[in-house]
Parts: sequence; structure tokens; C-alpha cells
Amino acid sequence: MELILKARDLEGGYTLQFPFQGSTQASQEYIDAVSNVSIELYRDEVFGIAGESGCGKTTLIKILYGYINPPLTLKQGSVELYAEGEKPIEISSLGLEEHQRRVWWKRISYIPQASMNILNPTMRIRDHFAEMLKIHMGMGKEEAYPKAQEYAESMGLPRDALRAFPHQLSGGMRQRAVIAMAVLLKPELVLADEPSSALDVITQRTALTFLKDVQRGLGNTLVLVTHDMGIQAVLTDRIAIMYAGKIIEIGETAGIFEKPLHPYTRALIDSLPRLGDKSQRTGLGGQPPDLRRPPAGCRFHPRCAYSMDVCNREDPQLLEKRDGRHVACWLYA
Amino acid sequence: MDTKFLLQVEKVSKVFGYGFLGRIKFRAVDSVSLYKEDEPKILTIAGESGCGKTTLARIILGFLEPSEGAVMYKSRDIHRLKPKERLWFRREVQAIFQDPYETFNPMRKVDAYLYEAAKNLLELKNPGEASECVGEGLEFMGLSLKDVEGKHPSEFSGGQLQRMSIARALLPKPRLIVADEPVSMIDASMRMNIINIFKELREKLGISFIYITHDLATAFYVSNDIGIMYRGSMVEEGPAEKVLLERHHPYTKALVTSLPQPGKRVEWLKRTRASGMEIKEFLAPGCKYANICPQNFEKCMKERPPMFTVKGVKVACWLYEGQ
Repeated sequence: MELILKARDLEGGYTLQFPFQGSTQASQEYIDAVSNVSIELYRDEVFGIAGESGCGKTTLIKILYGYINPPLTLKQGSVELYAEGEKPIEISSLGLEEHQRRVWWKRISYIPQASMNILNPTMRIRDHFAEMLKIHMGMGKEEAYPKAQEYAESMGLPRDALRAFPHQLSGGMRQRAVIAMAVLLKPELVLADEPSSALDVITQRTALTFLKDVQRGLGNTLVLVTHDMGIQAVLTDRIAIMYAGKIIEIGETAGIFEKPLHPYTRALIDSLPRLGDKSQRTGLGGQPPDLRRPPAGCRFHPRCAYSMDVCNREDPQLLEKRDGRHVACWLYA
Repeated sequence: MDTKFLLQVEKVSKVFGYGFLGRIKFRAVDSVSLYKEDEPKILTIAGESGCGKTTLARIILGFLEPSEGAVMYKSRDIHRLKPKERLWFRREVQAIFQDPYETFNPMRKVDAYLYEAAKNLLELKNPGEASECVGEGLEFMGLSLKDVEGKHPSEFSGGQLQRMSIARALLPKPRLIVADEPVSMIDASMRMNIINIFKELREKLGISFIYITHDLATAFYVSNDIGIMYRGSMVEEGPAEKVLLERHHPYTKALVTSLPQPGKRVEWLKRTRASGMEIKEFLAPGCKYANICPQNFEKCMKERPPMFTVKGVKVACWLYEGQ
């Protein structure tokens, strides 16, 4: 397998100022959103990042994309993008301008949350494509239009949709247009953040299978961030499960669903109701921690049924068990 | 009128205007009938966004008046209630909404909201009685008055707030709770806790539910009966297990196979047809699903199918004519 991106020891979070709070408390607080995360991504795979709201998955994606704007700060760690016969690009050290010129859209594309609403309402869909071709490939208007048309049709967007303004299309069709734009310059890595959470199941299925087809066609890497374990199960090859800013389990999708190791992963999978199975399902108790003051030791221990003495003292490391499965839990250390 | 029903929805339609000055009319809810017997059961109304399920819920709650048809609660037309009966109806039928952050006023303390509900609905004058009543409601939800007192909504998580809004709904000891997407804003790992509360309330307190959702997996888990809506019409209706496992209507089939579930990878990745222009489907003269239905034929485009009964399930589809 060919390595295309390597992130090492990422520590990132948000520094917030509280000018209105009483003078007894510190006026600055740090939200520890991504803590000690390392991942490797390979060519031609769909990599899922799962976890619930506030677990740091969007922050992680932003760091991988190199979109680090205050209040988000990267305290430590590096992200390197590899390519055949080229020096690796260190994403974490590039400035915004350099990113725009060298990396974004060309090497890495980012489909943000609710991205079907990012289209300019006063521009027709085909103009969005033409503009990208003009800016990134230096094409003139006469050249860009037919090229945009040809490309959009090859992506299965109907002619009507190209002539339409964004508001005339359904959410699913807009989502397709955004996906098609994101892969226009054939990036090696596509980062999609909850690309379907606002869509209905049938539209969601068409949008996501489209995303998967595109990935297969280009043979590139797709990182899919979603809290929906059902989608993770049907679409991804490998998954990383995040909890409170840390990756707690990582491994092949089929294996994780067959035998989840970490108690949190198990709870996530067990709480998923399934059609045709009426057996009692239980949810997790308690609340996810406040990332301003994360608990000592394992961050999951206050909610964990298997919590031991060591869990509230020491943070478990992400260790390899077998077949590429890594888990951060004292039960397996 | 037959009185064995708790709730009767009789051919209810709601017409909204569309386009310039609202001159194009379309039916957000189109001649929907529903009968809920007077026994503690959970009836789910499922469908995708824009299918009219929330509009139907608002009509059942009396927030919206239907353009045609009537809703009868214990044989009384809820849109023609006398002022005194209105309070009775408010006590009997309660609502739980989707976004717990919007249910509560962010500037007010949470307990004030609970006390107000107790005062208004139960006409309790004495603060001692009210706090006893509120405490009881919270206790049932695994919360206590102490945790809640003097706090603002921002100090709680979505799951906790949703528990409090259920506690509020329980204050007047209702017979029916209409819950509109009550868990879609809650994290998946805690969603089942809320869903299990509904089951418990049904079993222990004998409360009936109308559960409005787009999530067929939780619907299957919790409901006794289910109705599937598409573009304002009810397309299939019956016992939840039969509807979701046997799947007669082509739309129900499409919905269920599109559900991402572990172990369904190969099936799920097969290609499907997406719906096109929504408004065209709302205005279609025949079956509203005909345009994208893989099994359509001529009649589907022209005539609206009535409900046919197939093996104990009602299906609005011409495929089942004469069976």
C-alpha cells in the first residue's frame, strides 16, 4: 500500500477568551479538541473517522487540510503529504497563500459540512465549474464552458442541472455538483465532512455511492467523517473512532463491526438499532467530557463499565493488537 | 361516531400556496386518514423531509387547521373545541419537539419553564404542590429537582434537555404524546436511552405515542404500527414489522434498502434513482411516486391509487389492485 499522508502526534485546539467572566477565573481557556493523534492514509482507500459531536473529528480534518485559523491552533505535530518522485509537502508548515497555490483543490479537496449550501446563489452551476477552470488551469471563457459541460456530464450531472441556479436544484443534486467540483482537478486526497447528514436516506445513498464511484474511478483516497456508524459500515475500508479528542480505536471496518475492542466502540455499535432485530438496545450513560478540563487518565473512564484503577490515573496508548487493529484501552494493554 | 378510537384523522388535507403570491396551490398533506385505537401503542409516521409528516403532526396537535377533513380526539373535533375543552385537550395530548435547544428559552431558567407548565396546565396555585409535581416528573426521567434548579438551558446537554422536555410533557399525565423527531439532534450512543423511555412510558403509564421520524431503524425498534408518507400521501400503513420487513410499496422498498446498516454493504452500494423536482411530484395527478418508481405503468401516471389491503397491510399502489 502506498502511503500518501502521514500525521504525527497532532495536538490542536481552540484558545478562547472570556472577557466577561469574573476576575477570579482565568480569562483564557483552551479546548483540547485533538490530542495526540497520529494517522496514516494510503492510496485507493476510503478511510472513515467516526465519533460523536464534539469529539474533534472536524478539527482533525481541518488540521489535515492545513486550514488552521485562530482560534484553532496547532500546538504540536506535523502533517506530511507524499507523492511519487517528489519531496513530501509538509502541510502543517505552509502559509495560507501557499496552500491555495500548491495544495488545495489540486492535491487535497475539502468538502465541508452542509456543503450543498456553499454554491453562490447568483451563479449558474456551470459558471461555478468554469470559474474553477479559469482560476486553476488558466483557461479563457470560451475554452472553459465546453470543458465544464463535458466534465459535468461525465460526472453524471444532467444538462438541466448545469444551466440551473443552485436554488432550483434539490439538495442531493447540489451535493453532487459540489462533489464534482471538489474532484475536478483530480486531487489525491478528498476530505468529506458529514457530506450527507442533511440528506434523506435515498438521496444520501445516491450522493454517497456517487462519492464512492468517483473515488474508485480516480483511485485516490477519500476520508469520510460521519457520526453515522451505519454509513461507516457500508462505505469505508478502515475506520478511526474518536472520543473526546483522541483516537481510541483504528482498524479495518469489517473487523471493527465484527469484534469491536474498545468499550466505547462497542457501545457505539451496540446502540445501533437494526431492522429486523427487536432485542433491547441500551445507550451509553453519562455525558461526554468538557474538553476544557478533560478527565485524567483515559478520557472515557467516567462512562466506562470496565473502568479499573489504572484508567483514572494513566492515559492508555494506542497499541497494535493484530491485523492492523490499534486500540487505546487498558483492558488490552 | 365510533368511540373505540383515541384519535381519528379523517381525510385530512393541508393546502399551501407556492410561487408568486402563493397562486400555485399544493397539498402538503393530501387526504390522509389515520385511526389510533384507545390502547397504549406507539404509532410511527415515517418519511423523508417534505413528506408532510411534521405538518400532519401540527394538525393533530391543533396548531394548524386542516384545509379539508377533521381530526377527532375521543370523538371530539379538536379544531372546534370550546374554551374549556381546550385545556382538557392540552392536558390529554402533549408534544415533544425536535430541537431541545429551541424548546427552552435560553434567557430563562429551566425550572421556571417547568413550573409554568405545571401552573398553566394543572391550574396549581400553590407553589408547594407545583414543585412536588415537577419533582415527580423529573424523577421519572432520572433527574432531580436539585440538578435542575436555577440553571439555564446552556448548562445542559441536548440529551438532558430532551429528558426535561419529556418530563414537562408528563406533568399533566397525558394519554397521548406526539413526538416530532425527538432524537434526531441527540448523539447516536444516547439516542436509545430516550427511545427506551418512550417504551417504558407506554408500558408503565399506558401513554400512547405518535412518533414522527425519518429513521426507520428506531421506528422498527419502538413502534407497534407505522405509516409511511411520500409527498403528502400515506403510501403504506400497518403493523411495523409487516410494513418494514415485507415491504409492499415500491417506495417502502427503496427507503428500507437505502438504510445504511452493518452487513448490508453490497446491497447498499447498488445504484438507485434519485428524486427530481419535488414540486412536480406534489402536483402529479397520478401516484406521486410514479415518476421514479421502477415498477410504474400507464395507470400510475393518471390515477391516484386508493389503499388496497394486502396481507394485513394497507398499500396505496396499483400493483396490488384486485389482489
